[in-house]
Amino acid sequence: MKVSRTWAIAKKEFVHIYRDPRSLALVILMPALLMLLFGYAVTLDVKKVSMAVLDRDRSQESLNFIQRFSASSYFHLRFWVQDEKAMKRLIDQGKVKMGLILPWDFSKTIKAEKMVSVQVLIDGADANTASLILSYAQAIARQYTQEKTVLKVTRMGMRNLNLPIEARPRVWFNEDLESKNYFVPGLVAVIISIIGVLLTGQVIVREWEKGTMELLISTPVRKAELMVGKLFPYFFLGLVDLSLSVLMGKWVFQVPLRGSVALLFALSCIYILVALALGLTISTFARTQLLANQMAMVIGFLPTFLLSGFTFVISNMPTWLQFITYGIAPRYYVTIVKEIFLKGLGFSFLWRETLVLMVMAMAGLWVATKSFKKELR
Amino acid sequence: MPTLVVEVEDLVKTFDRFVAVDHIHFQVEKGEIFGFLGPNGAGKSTTIRMLCGLLLPTSGKGKVAGFDIMKEPEKIKQAIGYMSQKFSLYDDLTVAENLHFFGGIYGLSGSFQRKRENEVLGMIGLQDSQGQITRTLPVGWKQRLALGCAILHEPSVLFLDEPTSGVDPISRRNFWSLIQEMGGKGVTTFVTTHYMDEAEYCGRLALIYQGRIVALGTPSELKLKTLSQGVLEVECDPLVPALDLLKKESWISESAVFGEGLHVIGKEGVDLERELHVLFQKHGILLKRVGKIRPSLEDVFVSLIEKEDKE
Repeated sequence: MKVSRTWAIAKKEFVHIYRDPRSLALVILMPALLMLLFGYAVTLDVKKVSMAVLDRDRSQESLNFIQRFSASSYFHLRFWVQDEKAMKRLIDQGKVKMGLILPWDFSKTIKAEKMVSVQVLIDGADANTASLILSYAQAIARQYTQEKTVLKVTRMGMRNLNLPIEARPRVWFNEDLESKNYFVPGLVAVIISIIGVLLTGQVIVREWEKGTMELLISTPVRKAELMVGKLFPYFFLGLVDLSLSVLMGKWVFQVPLRGSVALLFALSCIYILVALALGLTISTFARTQLLANQMAMVIGFLPTFLLSGFTFVISNMPTWLQFITYGIAPRYYVTIVKEIFLKGLGFSFLWRETLVLMVMAMAGLWVATKSFKKELR
Repeated sequence: MPTLVVEVEDLVKTFDRFVAVDHIHFQVEKGEIFGFLGPNGAGKSTTIRMLCGLLLPTSGKGKVAGFDIMKEPEKIKQAIGYMSQKFSLYDDLTVAENLHFFGGIYGLSGSFQRKRENEVLGMIGLQDSQGQITRTLPVGWKQRLALGCAILHEPSVLFLDEPTSGVDPISRRNFWSLIQEMGGKGVTTFVTTHYMDEAEYCGRLALIYQGRIVALGTPSELKLKTLSQGVLEVECDPLVPALDLLKKESWISESAVFGEGLHVIGKEGVDLERELHVLFQKHGILLKRVGKIRPSLEDVFVSLIEKEDKE
């Protein structure tokens, strides 16, 4: 392998990128856009659930109970309705996600120290949100019951009633349970996959399509020189995007970056190579740029999005699917990024993932080089 | 004894069942301008691609610049310069960037590379357009740039695949004088074309048709060999009935409309001019003018192809 020839290829690729505003835009704007989308818009947190209340009792007691909902940050009381029909309409129209119905004997039954049922209607179209609303509502009811019980027992003459068990939760790593803290690190992996696979997916097939490859393979350039030379600029772009994502994550979204930045960059370099090698392999197989794009989406982008643990927790997947995730590189990289960002883990905890990625990078580069033929097809 | 730069023996290339190149053999000497003349689809590009190491031959033997085309295609690539049929430089790079890139690819570096780039720019006359994006160049300039990129590393053989297709006549002439200049310096040129007038620039020609070489020699040899009895240019009235008449006569080997008259070739030993007078008089055709002409390569080519098709 000759350095001067490799460098000639690399320089030429830089000029291609520099003169093509679309690929430049993809490199700079895409990470920013994805970050903003996932950081702000896409959130799994359920806050300010709009609700309607039908209070048949209209007593001080019922008002107290309702206030527990309206005072919490999870609910937002938007409508008072007079009958169930109106309630049903609001839910049908999607104006409220939850309806609370208190019976006419609400306060009377509580005074009589009997059990009273309140009805909670939940729009279950979004199962994830619905189950969260359900547990919030149950928690409020439980709290209210508990207070009532303590009050009653105290009135009966028993002082300082102690409930047997109290769970005192403390959340680690993502203390405020904010989904951006969960998304942003994973997003770094997605962004690198997109840049790596989508952009490098074009580099070989584009030359075939434009006809420039015929001339290029008539020269004494070696396959390895061609591959490395072509990867070089994209490796650099990968690093630019990595920096951009990390900076945005830290300064725009205040995601804690607890681990070593140097380690994050070092391990990311290996993953960038894996992504580039995958893109390059696609590019040597695909006959058209369009096909290369589609292959990049299916092979490179989707698994990163769905199977890496970025959006869906791997341990919740069916076993066969979990098995598949072991074969895809983003799984290991998403783990690395999350652990470094949120837990601040060092290399001693991440060497297994690193090793797998290194093997994948080398295998990928080997396959890409082998599958390229310096002959007309 | 002259050195052979290209030697080909029994070269065959098939794609599935289609025989693109059918047992051809020829030799090219150092410094020659060797033309490959033939219609589209005759196998010209396939041959040139095999010689450049871009396609592996199905069978046969061949050597380019002393290297085996079957076993050492990569060594051939360093020794040759190639211009493909389709323009294939990077059109988003400038003139200078393209030259610099190919210089780097062929392993030039440092001050030598700069020197060669300047020499070549001067030769192809693009000094003043160095910074221009290649896409915006006129076709003729692009072709000169492509030639420039191919000769940067001073190859001993040049392979040019229809280098002047789509180029205006003046640019074509400029281009050919460049090639002849290279030939003067001992560079061997192997060029394909389907322009008959261009074929006249070649030292030797191979006529290729349906994958086979149907004739080989210098342009004048070809004219003499195939059309020894000469060609008559006949002006007569009416033209078309006269042609129909000639087609039926057994002493005529060929007749075709050429411009406003007919080109007629007689069989060996026939006094063509006298026979024509007799025949036309008999059928009331007015013979305006008869003259012997120097056959063009086109006459040669047409007659050879017709002969092939008859067989």
